Amino acid sequence: MTVPVDGVVALDPQVALRPERFGALAYHFGNRKLSFLKHPDLVAVLEAADGTRTVAELFAAAGITEARRPSFLAALETLERSEMVRITVPGTTQQATTQKDGAAA
Amino acid sequence: MTAPQPTAQPPAATRGLVDEFRLGLDAPICLTWELTYACNLSCVHCLSSSGRRDPRELTTEECFAVVDELERLQVFYVNLGGGEPMMRADFFEIVEYAVDHHVGVKFSTNGTYIDAEAARRLAGMDYLDVQISLDGADASVNDAVRGEGSYDAAIQAMEHLKAADFGPFKISLVVTRHNVDQLDEYKALADHYGAQLRVTRLRPSGRGADSWDELHPTQAQQRQLYYWLLDRPDVLTGDSFFHLSALGDALPGLNLCGAGRVVCLIDPVGDVYACPFVIHDEFLAGNVRDAGGFTGVWRTSDLFTALREPESEGACTSCGAYDACQGGCMASKFFVGLELTDPDPECVLGNAEPLLAAVAAAGGPAPRPMQDHSRPGVPLPSPVTLKPTRRRG
Repeated sequence: MTVPVDGVVALDPQVALRPERFGALAYHFGNRKLSFLKHPDLVAVLEAADGTRTVAELFAAAGITEARRPSFLAALETLERSEMVRITVPGTTQQATTQKDGAAA
Repeated sequence: MTAPQPTAQPPAATRGLVDEFRLGLDAPICLTWELTYACNLSCVHCLSSSGRRDPRELTTEECFAVVDELERLQVFYVNLGGGEPMMRADFFEIVEYAVDHHVGVKFSTNGTYIDAEAARRLAGMDYLDVQISLDGADASVNDAVRGEGSYDAAIQAMEHLKAADFGPFKISLVVTRHNVDQLDEYKALADHYGAQLRVTRLRPSGRGADSWDELHPTQAQQRQLYYWLLDRPDVLTGDSFFHLSALGDALPGLNLCGAGRVVCLIDPVGDVYACPFVIHDEFLAGNVRDAGGFTGVWRTSDLFTALREPESEGACTSCGAYDACQGGCMASKFFVGLELTDPDPECVLGNAEPLLAAVAAAGGPAPRPMQDHSRPGVPLPSPVTLKPTRRRG
């Protein structure tokens, strides 16, 4: 699926971000997955993803222009798949699932 | 080392991740912390030559202080081991303290001390993963390396974890010449318990220095293992087989040596080494009891600073596979007597063989492991006399 730009983004409460020179490490304490966020602007998006703002709003706030959108959308999609973020379009419901142990150990 | 999620992402703002990791991070991504040198077993390949507790081991309070530092550094989890970590009377106290302070725990155990009650206690904790060591799919292959009765003890621990509804624990196997043909059976065993399978690489470290020649997989077995792993990306490897990537496609995970750059070891007495496989003064960076604590050792020790310098590719310079294997494992080279710029002793292209022959011809002893906490008078299992009943490849 593709990430809807009007979807509201929430960083999973079990995810911690650790700032790094290259961006940040994101670790999900629930499913034990670790992701490398390789761009500071992506980190800015996640830091602001408190469940009140849409993809479009977050991108605008982080200065992500139209031309740069596809790669950031792809990144969000991957992060959603590993349950780092939840993206919900207002008016729909989405059941989040967690697992005790992920592929990353 | 963890298998990171390969996140499709915007082009990196600066340099590539592998280059970033080579330069070292401000804090480890994860680290191994051996809690005690005490162990009820005497595995022939024990990388820390464990057996007897060391009187200088960190106290409970000192362990808490280490956790506090790791929390400040945002080290998301530690791999606790030993020795047998559950032999520490304060084991649960330390684990609970870590988990309460946002330092997740993965711990390795031989399972002996996981009875029904311990299993229930473990099952009740969040952010805790258990890894049972088992080095064969049956008792004859496992016990030859880990000692009489160790297979049954591990199976019993798994039964207790299952009964306590712990969830998917891990079972972990060090790949040897004698168990590499059992990987499918081992996977079936893991599946039976709903467990996740983890296989890691044997190193000539600790007592492994003496069993290496007998135990390390042959070249043909290494190829067999590589294709087996490629077909099973869900099998965890601790990213320890990156030297196999020289055979073709890279295995999942981080294909580089993270020693002193993104991982390290804290040993039971607080000594900080570059990785769990190099317990030797040459790779000792400092001690958590030093004035600057663990953070000071990680950020300013001469050793770790040196490891983060661009390295010479040495004898591997002219090899087209260097980008894939990164020259292999530092610890493995060191303990078989090779230079750190030499190829890995298990180089899949055979590039180490003339060098190993030269080391043997010179008769010069390879560096010996410097800590030995083996219990005196305890006979080691003897893989030399192993007569596996299984079909051999």
